[in-house]
Amino acid sequence: MYALSIAAASSDNVSKLLALLMGIAVFAAVFIGILLIASLFKGHLGEKIQAAAFVGPTILFIAIGLIYPAILTIRRAFYDGKFFDLSFGNARSRGKFVGFENFQALWTTPGLPGVFGNTLAWVILVPLVATSVGLIYAILVDRAKGEAVAKALIFLPMAISMVGATLIWKFVYYFVGDPTANQVGLINATLAKLGMSPIDFLGNAPLNTFSMIVIMIWIQAGFAMTVLSAAIKAIPDEIIEAANMDGVKSFQMFRFITLPSIRASVIVVLTTIAIATLKAFDIVQASSGGKLGDSVLANEFYTRSFVTQQPGLGAAIAIVIFVLVMPIIIFNVIQMRKDA
Amino acid sequence: MSSATPPPVPESVANVAVEEAGGDPSLETGKAKGKSAAGNAARAVSSPWASVFAIIMALAWTTPTVGLFVTSFRNQKDIQTTGWWNAWATGFTLDNYKGVLQGAEGQPPLTDFFINSFVIVIPAVLLPLLLASLAAYAFAWIDFPFRNGLFVAVFALQIVPLQIALLPLVQMFQDLGVKNWPGGNYWSLWLAHSAFALPLAVFLLHNFMKEIPASLLEAARVDGAGHVRIFFQVLLPLIAPALASFGIFQFLWVWNDLLVAMTMLGGSPERAPLTMILNTISGTLGNRWYLLSAAAFISIALPVAVFISLQRYFVRGLLAGGTKG
Repeated sequence: MYALSIAAASSDNVSKLLALLMGIAVFAAVFIGILLIASLFKGHLGEKIQAAAFVGPTILFIAIGLIYPAILTIRRAFYDGKFFDLSFGNARSRGKFVGFENFQALWTTPGLPGVFGNTLAWVILVPLVATSVGLIYAILVDRAKGEAVAKALIFLPMAISMVGATLIWKFVYYFVGDPTANQVGLINATLAKLGMSPIDFLGNAPLNTFSMIVIMIWIQAGFAMTVLSAAIKAIPDEIIEAANMDGVKSFQMFRFITLPSIRASVIVVLTTIAIATLKAFDIVQASSGGKLGDSVLANEFYTRSFVTQQPGLGAAIAIVIFVLVMPIIIFNVIQMRKDA
Repeated sequence: MSSATPPPVPESVANVAVEEAGGDPSLETGKAKGKSAAGNAARAVSSPWASVFAIIMALAWTTPTVGLFVTSFRNQKDIQTTGWWNAWATGFTLDNYKGVLQGAEGQPPLTDFFINSFVIVIPAVLLPLLLASLAAYAFAWIDFPFRNGLFVAVFALQIVPLQIALLPLVQMFQDLGVKNWPGGNYWSLWLAHSAFALPLAVFLLHNFMKEIPASLLEAARVDGAGHVRIFFQVLLPLIAPALASFGIFQFLWVWNDLLVAMTMLGGSPERAPLTMILNTISGTLGNRWYLLSAAAFISIALPVAVFISLQRYFVRGLLAGGTKG
């Protein structure tokens, strides 16, 4: 698929940049147009028109680009239809109404129950470990020399795409099958030095799931560390000093002073990472595509919707992701309000 | 009504973090002086074990990246026979970068995809920024019917995972024949990324706008300025940091996105961004690490540079509730 388009791709870089300029020009024109319309009206009625001109485009954009498609997806989950037909909006090509069959298929389709198991491992392990590691690191480097640099090192993976991160770790995990050859991946080379046999970290279930979970923890720990470090620094000095005078030891200080003070931030971090993990498909996609018993819901959504041509099942998976995310966010919002 | 959506982290926390991330240096020293020496001593974890542990962790976090980075400058043969930690003995080369940029082993040249990523990301940051700043202004400072209800609705839409809108969006763009427009499927990506970004953008910018003292706006009104003039002359300069922090979020999000690109560009891979080609060659090139490593670092370089240079805006956005999936 890519090979076919090589020639075409290299010839039209100029036209791509022209497309970029055109896009910017169109969007800028829309923006200026809105402002011009808004500035034409004055007085009390004018204020209403200005509000409409300011808010209207965003509301319209969200309605067409987010709400309407979401409703279509929910409807799609109750219809069959084997193919990714281009015009499924028509009743004609939507297939027939099948009730909850697509949701039943979540349990009966071979492989899918395992996907739920893998997803569960991701959603439990990544937030817990990433938050703990981030918290420990935030405490250890707090007020230490070179704190800014120390933090930046952990923080940096957040700027790297998950595909890039997966490549970085694929090389760490790299497994050379030939027993006579040198292991060039860091972990397997270390194992070889220690006289142990090398391990194919990304090749076999269930180990591959845990190897990929490590990648996600590597990415998310920086986020946890940043937010929690800020929370720790916001604890008033007086409290710490008072505890110190009472002779409180480091661990007690953490358990009875630090942790309760940053409780709200810890919850925000845990839930935010859980949601990001639930939606992340890039790592599995870039590692094996989910073909080695290591798929997760987000990856299965892509595969079912666009590869195996089961849009009904794909829609059902999207709804499951939505339903799983919702309580986490509602809980989060309630917590936010309580502490505000 | 703005208090209905408080940022998840108290403001004082956010301020400290922004300073930490390299904010105003004079502010930082002033703050450090203000802290009592006893407080500092009490907080610092002084055990040598703590330092050792922190250093081990920092090493564990950086070594994977360093490993692939060193590898990207090594000869193909060296990579296959020895670990990257032997690189000092075997020497370095720039051939890998030349190879991927010009197209090696039947791969398309990576420069094309770098340009694609660039063409995709700029309008996809610009459009939500423009629209959301207008909407956020109206939500914060213009009184109109259903204002609170609409704002809560926009805020609540942050919870819709993009997966649930993706497939119908692809079909809408196909029905519209976006492929044949000038600019082709770039439009799909620009518009889709904007739609997914708007709820968060409106929420973030609104929070920042609401913090601006009302007296400033009233003064402008008394001088006879309309909303358009107030927006440009009073608010935009003041919320520039907020625009920057959302801009970085959206830049990183779009540049690093794989899912939206893969679904929207099914039929036109010649417009694929770097992440998509990286994902493809990670499958097709398998063990050819001399190319994979260089390709990975070409795709990583720009976001990391942006991230490092604008880190403090990013941290500020993060603490104001800027998280998105």
